[in-house]
Amino acid sequence: MLQKIYDWIDERVDITPIWRDIADHEVPEHVNPAHHFSAFVYCFGGLTFFVVVIQILSGMFLTMYYVPDIENAWKSVYYLQTEVAHGQIVRGMHHWGASVVIVMLLLHTLRVFFQGAYKKPRELNWMVGVLLFFVMLGLGFTGYLLPWDNKAYFATQVGLEIAEQVPFIGEYLKTLLAGDAEIVGAQTLTRFFAIHVFFLPGALFALMAVHFILIRRQGISGPL
Amino acid sequence: MHKGKGMKFVGDSRVSAERKSNIPKDYSEYPGRTEAFWPNFLLKEWLAGSVFLVGFLLLTLAHPSPLEGVADPTDAAYIPLPDWYFLFLYELLKYEFAAGPYVIFGILIIPGLAFGALLLAPFLDNGPGRRPHQRPIAVIMMLLALTSVIWLTYTSAAHVDWETRAEQNKPIPPSSVEIDTSHEGYASYESNCMTCHGGELEGTPAGVPLIGTEYSAEEIATIAREGIGGMPADQFTGSDEELEQLVDFIISTNEQ
Repeated sequence: MLQKIYDWIDERVDITPIWRDIADHEVPEHVNPAHHFSAFVYCFGGLTFFVVVIQILSGMFLTMYYVPDIENAWKSVYYLQTEVAHGQIVRGMHHWGASVVIVMLLLHTLRVFFQGAYKKPRELNWMVGVLLFFVMLGLGFTGYLLPWDNKAYFATQVGLEIAEQVPFIGEYLKTLLAGDAEIVGAQTLTRFFAIHVFFLPGALFALMAVHFILIRRQGISGPL
Repeated sequence: MHKGKGMKFVGDSRVSAERKSNIPKDYSEYPGRTEAFWPNFLLKEWLAGSVFLVGFLLLTLAHPSPLEGVADPTDAAYIPLPDWYFLFLYELLKYEFAAGPYVIFGILIIPGLAFGALLLAPFLDNGPGRRPHQRPIAVIMMLLALTSVIWLTYTSAAHVDWETRAEQNKPIPPSSVEIDTSHEGYASYESNCMTCHGGELEGTPAGVPLIGTEYSAEEIATIAREGIGGMPADQFTGSDEELEQLVDFIISTNEQ
């Protein structure tokens, strides 16, 4: 039955080549922890992706309750944390995932660096990876403000003051981020929300797609 | 791809009528013990992923994510602290060569050089050798950068008393109490207590919340006169009758 459905679709849209492209790739012996235990260092990239998936899913559920508005942001998080079934777990996953993803990214970066895996022909993929790191730090910075508690507010205040000290463009940069030259308030919260939920994830998905297409095209780097 | 004359299509579409086989590649001729990703390796990866997920969920269960009190821009006593992975940048700005007139070094030049070098690493370290001992400069630079990031993060975090911090900034449940401003004790509250205990008895950095207080009426009266803990004596400066009304106001607001 399933085979018939597959054949029916395949006849019309020819999905077999696409599926074979995704499924068929070799796992060389030197990256397989089943053969060499030390190959677990090759897991960090995959685990980073896994945590990113956790972040996307838990984030989608968080937006079901979160209200990006200074009156209600904190209250909605408090409600989610105390009243909503499993709300504490979903928020906990997003909160801890944000830290774990940085740790995994760091380990993955160090693995690639110390193995010299960024050398020709993989220079471009390394640069895409560093950009992914920046996007992830940006997600961390903007996500920090959203609960609108004291920690969030004052850390953002400091962050914006640092942005303001950049020569020439500092004040514009601060206004661009905060929505106002002086006030960290309602505008700031909605801007950070938009950046955290739409702009940066968009950049993240595009860069991840390039990262994965490049690694599939070039294959994983050989043994040292 | 098959091209040219004689190609058959499905209907008037551009989909080839010729079916390709959906059979995995054979990796037995590949060097070493190469495995197919699908499905052999993915099954093992799946297991490792499940173990990781269980560990991760245990972490979230053991340590519920923190939430402090609602943002209060007027709270001048609050010491801001960024998330742990920004601490090293924050700590860098405390050094003399990266602060005050040299702040450009702290916010732009030093991090810019470090992250710029990271981004351009393949072009700075462009020799053919991949092993660490074949590229000592790159490896030493990375180790130095890593050590300083860890050191900066450590010095920044070591000063912080995390437990007291969490204790002081506990979230206060959104108050659902209504303040009866027509209560005869409200005027006394307003003039004697409100500065420290807040307009809705919710507490401020200078005074504890009076909502949910566990003291009895007599104890509240005594505390108002004699103080307690960090609260000095003689905060209340009215007659005994006003004191009684004040205590009644606090108690009745708590009873809601």
